[in-house]
Amino acid sequence: MPQTETYILNMGPQHPSTHGVLRVNLELDGEKILRATPMMGYLHRGIEKLLESRTYIQGVPYTDRLDYVSSMNNNFGYCRAVEELAGIEVPARAEYIRVIMAELNRIASHQVFIGSLANDLGASTGMLYTFRDREEILDLFDLVCGARMTFHYIRVGGVARNLPPEFAEKCRKFLDRVPEFTEEYANLLMGNEIFQRRLKGVSRLTPEQALAHNMTGPNIRATGIPFDLRKVDGYSVYPQFAFEVPVGENGDNWDRFRVRFREITESARIVRQALEGLPEGPVMAKFPKMLKPPKGEVFSRTEGTRGELGFYIVSDGTAKPYRVHIRRPSFINMQALDDMCRGYLIGDSVVAFSAIDPLMGEVDC
Amino acid sequence: MEIVDIVPPVLKDNVIVTTVDSLFKWAHGNSIWPLSSGLACCAIEMMSTAAARFDLSRCGYAVFRPCPRQADLLIVAGTLTWKMTPPLIRLYEEMPEPKYVIAMGSCAIAGGPFADSYSVVPGIDKVMPVDVYIPGCPPRPEALIEGMLKLKEKIMHPERVEAAGKQVAEG
Repeated sequence: MPQTETYILNMGPQHPSTHGVLRVNLELDGEKILRATPMMGYLHRGIEKLLESRTYIQGVPYTDRLDYVSSMNNNFGYCRAVEELAGIEVPARAEYIRVIMAELNRIASHQVFIGSLANDLGASTGMLYTFRDREEILDLFDLVCGARMTFHYIRVGGVARNLPPEFAEKCRKFLDRVPEFTEEYANLLMGNEIFQRRLKGVSRLTPEQALAHNMTGPNIRATGIPFDLRKVDGYSVYPQFAFEVPVGENGDNWDRFRVRFREITESARIVRQALEGLPEGPVMAKFPKMLKPPKGEVFSRTEGTRGELGFYIVSDGTAKPYRVHIRRPSFINMQALDDMCRGYLIGDSVVAFSAIDPLMGEVDC
Repeated sequence: MEIVDIVPPVLKDNVIVTTVDSLFKWAHGNSIWPLSSGLACCAIEMMSTAAARFDLSRCGYAVFRPCPRQADLLIVAGTLTWKMTPPLIRLYEEMPEPKYVIAMGSCAIAGGPFADSYSVVPGIDKVMPVDVYIPGCPPRPEALIEGMLKLKEKIMHPERVEAAGKQVAEG
């Protein structure tokens, strides 16, 4: 077999399918990828450093802008960390509202995933369908907090304000629509032969590889490991709800898609149960306005939409954190990009980015 | 004397007389092709604007081009960092004239909540000319559509922008 010379192809930071400003160096032999090196930092905004010069409460809006497709989950993670550090007890109603919001946002985020995956495969129609249904969730968020994307609704000690009276009814109406639109996506995409061939058996990872890369979230569940912090840690009020953790079998792109697709239904189940059991009471804990947690450090982790979202906060007893480190799941999942691309064609690399589902705001922080 | 006055009366109902300039402005203002270059959060709202509910296509602007050679509008949607500045300037330079820039969101306008960060450009007008500023964090899709319509007005009636500028200068 004649040996051809390898060459380096630069992809990004301006590329329609790099989900923002990711740049990848592909080392190619013909059209086969020998090595894929992600180059990051094009959206590095220094959020960890900025949080050191903000008070604990002022830090919440910055977490909105980390993983901007699932801001509620980020608010949730950060607030849990601060509450653990300061020893704040959150009212039961607020916990339920938080779970409702986090799961609704998980659905919205997976819709963006499905839409952009379809778009990257050339089926632009997929994006129009998922964004259409995502608008319904954004309407619900708009109702409770007046924002479409950067909510700042889940706050330290609870949530910003109580749910409006018409929320429960509108939310149930949306939940009734979930089976309808998931079936529509299934008919639109999953039966499509091109879609299946582009995903099945491509970018396979074994469970060992995924563990070695420290992957979390839907990416590791696609390889068959049922690691979901909502079950493993059982934080907040999640243990009270019945839901399943969808897992894949082969760890290929098809499974990554399937896992997220099934998570939409499971999240809808959680929201429905939380709406049923929503207790009455206050939505905000009582604590001093100028929050000064005692000296110490905390690492708190929650299941974000992309994996284990951890906040490590060191307090020196003043009103501002001494150090904040964020364990961003997208960033850590990106490590597997090389293994996912190696040996496949250039076209598959685009699908590999999409299947990891990175958000550059979170990768670069 | 207006150019319309020299047209014979017989032809007035059948012939439209115009200048090349105004014809061009009319065509250009109604068919802007934006570059699909998203930087951060605002890019998701930009996608929402082009998607089903808000449907930017009805204004004629939804032909998002991934290649700067085919685009004439750069929507800077999101936080611009110093590391991203050279590639973005290159994209701007690669776009053919006439070209326009929209600064979408408070990050693009003035750095937004990251204004005091060591790695964020405090406003893209430090590095490139801007035609329309759209405030918001992120601006809602309605705001982006409004901004694009303002740009249309600017393209079709540049004299209005000049008059407004003169008014501001005179205080």
